[in-house]
Amino acid sequence: MPSQYVIHLAVMILFFAYLGVAWNILGGYAGQFSFGHAAFFGLGAYTSTLLHIHYGVSPWLGMVLGGLAGVLLGLGSGFLSFRYGLRGPYFALVMLAFAEMLRLLFETWMSKTYPLGLPIPLKGTSLLDFQFKDKGHYFYIVLVMLIAATWLCHRLARSRIGAYWMAIRDNEDAAEALGINAFAYKLLAMAISAVLTAMGGTFYAQYFLTLEVNELFGVQISVEILLSAIIGGAGTVFGPLVGAVALQLLSEVTRVYIRAFSGFDLMIYGCVLILVIIFLPQGLLEGMRRPYRALVRAVARA
Amino acid sequence: MLILQALLSGLLNGGIYSLVAVGLTLIFGVMRIINFAHGSLMMLGMYVSYWLFVLWGVDPYLSLIASGSVLFAVGVLIEAVLVSPVLEAPEHDQLLLTLGISLVIENLALFLWKADPRTVTVPYLAVAPMVGGIMISSPRVIAFAVSLAFTAALYVFLRRTDLGRAIRAVSQDREGALTVGINMRRIYALAFGIGCACVGAAGGLVVPFYAVDPYVGGVFVITAFVVVVLGGMGNFGGALLAALIVGLAESVAAVFIPAAMKQIVMYTIFVVVLLFRPQGLFGGRRA
Repeated sequence: MPSQYVIHLAVMILFFAYLGVAWNILGGYAGQFSFGHAAFFGLGAYTSTLLHIHYGVSPWLGMVLGGLAGVLLGLGSGFLSFRYGLRGPYFALVMLAFAEMLRLLFETWMSKTYPLGLPIPLKGTSLLDFQFKDKGHYFYIVLVMLIAATWLCHRLARSRIGAYWMAIRDNEDAAEALGINAFAYKLLAMAISAVLTAMGGTFYAQYFLTLEVNELFGVQISVEILLSAIIGGAGTVFGPLVGAVALQLLSEVTRVYIRAFSGFDLMIYGCVLILVIIFLPQGLLEGMRRPYRALVRAVARA
Repeated sequence: MLILQALLSGLLNGGIYSLVAVGLTLIFGVMRIINFAHGSLMMLGMYVSYWLFVLWGVDPYLSLIASGSVLFAVGVLIEAVLVSPVLEAPEHDQLLLTLGISLVIENLALFLWKADPRTVTVPYLAVAPMVGGIMISSPRVIAFAVSLAFTAALYVFLRRTDLGRAIRAVSQDREGALTVGINMRRIYALAFGIGCACVGAAGGLVVPFYAVDPYVGGVFVITAFVVVVLGGMGNFGGALLAALIVGLAESVAAVFIPAAMKQIVMYTIFVVVLLFRPQGLFGGRRA
């Protein structure tokens, strides 16, 4: 029986891998880098939690409804951004602005009713209420979520839709010239990415059982969502998992062995991000494949 | 009276925004890089000024030279070590790189100097004369005047000197500049350094009336982005005008709406301009 600490670490790894997969569909495959996925994440968490507290809706149903809210937000922000042709860094910054606007709105709204954060009433272990005393249950839930999202990503990537996304990512004008409706396919990627991220928000809420506006809608979570995909390898099925393992273990090791202070893990993330962008822009997964391929070639030659 | 007061403080803030934004727009104009770390670098400039004052009692206006020079050096270093390897990389990689830089700088500052806001109290600046019922904050007036002077000096440098012309040449046509024998790497380092020096000096200027903490840059960087986009990316004069407009809009809006909403207004301007007028009010890319 592994300790709760090990289970917590495993949950965090799988959870950030899951969010990375969600981001990757829009960022890695369709090539639209979002710096504002916190918007979907926070919206999902608050939708399910507020419905649960005020109307007694089970968080499981809330997760679906939160996902729908995420889709609506994704379609809205995507419509505006893509309709007016925002690309590259401009799209990234507009998404950041959307997330920050939502953060400020929720902060103004929540600070009146819940100045100390929104607590979810504790029910002990209750399947219907999506609450478990044993962290092991959360482990299996997030594992299923990750497998489902990865399978979806894998299927999409190998389908016609995935091919269109990658064509848009590599050269949008050329893709349009070939008759691909870039606008529609980017919106589709946005919707799928948004629904998965919003559902992740509900999981996060049920796991920590208290919601803080600045934590859920903050720039930090937007950065953490994209990091595992970028570090592991954007546009690969297993990149986010590799990235999440690397980042979470690194932040855990530094927390334990180096005198920790708040923000230390972010500093480490910053360093890793800089190093990866300069030396391994394809991500760790590609970095691991390279020596493997060289070995295969060497063996084949021998 | 409230409106007049708001207009004045908006105008004064606008002057400072201009110096921050001019640095950002110069870096973008020359290198086509959106420097996400711009706010963190301003925070660094503020700390330089703060520590010079606390440790050795250096007058904040004297330490402007120090904060500007330190940030120039930091900028040149960052350009040489971190930015130059990604000059040919996709744009989003460049943005991610500067995001990484800002994460490192902010959290390093948090580690070194803790999260508590720190203020500098300069006795001779405490006087706030009232003119016709409007309070005139002297450090803000000085910050405004010095910011505009720096911006003007930079403008003259870019227009009149050989080096400045070389920088503008690179910004207007990379291949052309290369053909006439301009050393691109040197120009890039210089532009990034000057951009950072601007924001370092701006940091020093606001220290007498603005508390410094590791996250203070976030407040200014968003405003700077709004200004740069509104003025037209890379457009120097546009940034100056847009800075004054944004400063005025912000403080007039603050009269009518709560403080948290003030920032929402800022983001709304940002989004609306990017969506409907991405070239800005005055057109882009004319350094």
